[in-house]
Amino acid sequence: MNQQANIQRAPVSAASRFPAHPVTGLAGTSFKHQHLPTILADGPQRGFFEVHAENYMGAGGPPHDALTRIRRDHPVSLHGVCMSIGGPQPLDKAHLGRFKALVDRYEPALVSEHLAWSTHVTSYYNDLLPLPYTQPTLARVAEHIEEVQEAIGRPILLENPSTYVLFTQSTMSETDFLRELVRRTGCGLLLDVNNVFVSATNHGFAALDYLADFPLAHVGEVHLAGHAEQTDDEGDLLLIDSHDGPVADAVWKLFDIVIAQRGPVPTLVEWDSDIPEWPVLKAEATAAQAILDHHAQSIIPGNAYAAR
Amino acid sequence: MRPANLNSHGVDDRSGYAAEFVAALLDPERAPPVFISGPNGKAATKRYAVYRNNVTVSLINALAATFPAILRLTGEDFFRAMARLHVRTTPPTSPLLFEYGRDLPEFIERYEHARSLPWLADVARIERAWLDAYHAADAKPLLPETLAAIPPEQLGGVVLTPHPAARVVRSRYSAVTIFAANRRDGPVPRIDAGEPEDALIARPALDVVVRRLPPGGAEFLSRLSAGEPLGAAAEAASTSASDFDISANIAGMLEAGVFTDDRKGNEQ
Repeated sequence: MNQQANIQRAPVSAASRFPAHPVTGLAGTSFKHQHLPTILADGPQRGFFEVHAENYMGAGGPPHDALTRIRRDHPVSLHGVCMSIGGPQPLDKAHLGRFKALVDRYEPALVSEHLAWSTHVTSYYNDLLPLPYTQPTLARVAEHIEEVQEAIGRPILLENPSTYVLFTQSTMSETDFLRELVRRTGCGLLLDVNNVFVSATNHGFAALDYLADFPLAHVGEVHLAGHAEQTDDEGDLLLIDSHDGPVADAVWKLFDIVIAQRGPVPTLVEWDSDIPEWPVLKAEATAAQAILDHHAQSIIPGNAYAAR
Repeated sequence: MRPANLNSHGVDDRSGYAAEFVAALLDPERAPPVFISGPNGKAATKRYAVYRNNVTVSLINALAATFPAILRLTGEDFFRAMARLHVRTTPPTSPLLFEYGRDLPEFIERYEHARSLPWLADVARIERAWLDAYHAADAKPLLPETLAAIPPEQLGGVVLTPHPAARVVRSRYSAVTIFAANRRDGPVPRIDAGEPEDALIARPALDVVVRRLPPGGAEFLSRLSAGEPLGAAAEAASTSASDFDISANIAGMLEAGVFTDDRKGNEQ
């Protein structure tokens, strides 16, 4: 297998369109168009913005205009949602081409995708669907990650999923699966702490045990988000990764533990539904920034997965 | 090692999870896959329902975002029932959700509960064109000076390059008036739906504009966009509408940016 694949970061281009805003140690927020006027009025600020890649895959128009304005003054994280890396069929070459075009155009500080799938045969299901953790799925996912990394010329961060079901076929733990993907492909990890909490609750394990087994040294970005509560068939608590509210207290505590161990890696507050006014979202990022700054006194290893 | 089990789409599903997992996502009558569970073998019907709900509701929401006037015209319950049926029968084939809903106008025409709203499909066509114009490639509109610099005797032979955002939607109903009244806040006035209206959808800069075309305008712009010279397009427009006003139509098309100076749209 391809140990720590030969993926070199693309050199700084002389024709670079944007300043290389560093993302190290910063908290950020999802970028939502309704916040653009307020963000522009506030002027350049400490922090980064993350966008879902697919929303910028149109040819032109207001989305590209908005992202160009944001990227001029801030680091941007490009978060792919639909590559279907965890699916059993070959990656969509046209989609991969569009993804590469965005990486080339916006020179994002961070690039990430999901350990999940969303397309089967010709249908797109618009959800992050789970997969069993087996040797064949491991080999397939590793091939897909390598294909993406070769196309864009840099490593990606792979996000741990939030899940609601387990597969009887699985033969490995999620953390072993992720660790092996890192070893085979040289990718980094995007640790979504809310996803850990959601999955731990849903599947009856301790979030701290999962984190203790997580390859923290390879984490290049952290995600935080809100979740919602439902119940399962037995009436037990089932958490839904809804991204529609503030980060839960328990998730803040886990985040503090992660950052104390890992150091201040770029951290994003995601909010994708029932989106609040900008000051509410910004306040969540400010709270994350305070925790990052608090732990910044500890040794700061350079983020191997961020662009310069 | 056994040979790869590739089907016609190149799907290598040796672990056998994907086909079974999606089979029941959009089919509420079908049982969840047998190989999923909760922890310690707990039942997973409600757990699987989270995925079903995520898929269906997010796609209905995507249609609601693309067709806000249709939502307002039909009401929440009607719209969501119609959209749910459409999602189940015609799920997206692209991961780009702004491409979804292209088949909705034809679906509305066939939808039995929408038969009393014969203008609804054309309003949906305008909304679909609005989103296409929004995401279309950027291009500079043709400047009036460019046209004015052409000697009058050569004008009839001029062939124009359509702007990537420009579209025409023709309707036997008052689709433009209904669209406009239902895409803005505030009360909707009483509208006579039976007046034929043609819509021009364009985006000369960042804002999408939708306007009602004057008599013959749709014929004129459609022919020009298809590559016919100005003279032939004007003649066809005059034949289709005796009150076709060429100066007003040219002024209107320049203002709305229906054509471009760029040889090719500024595509990525």
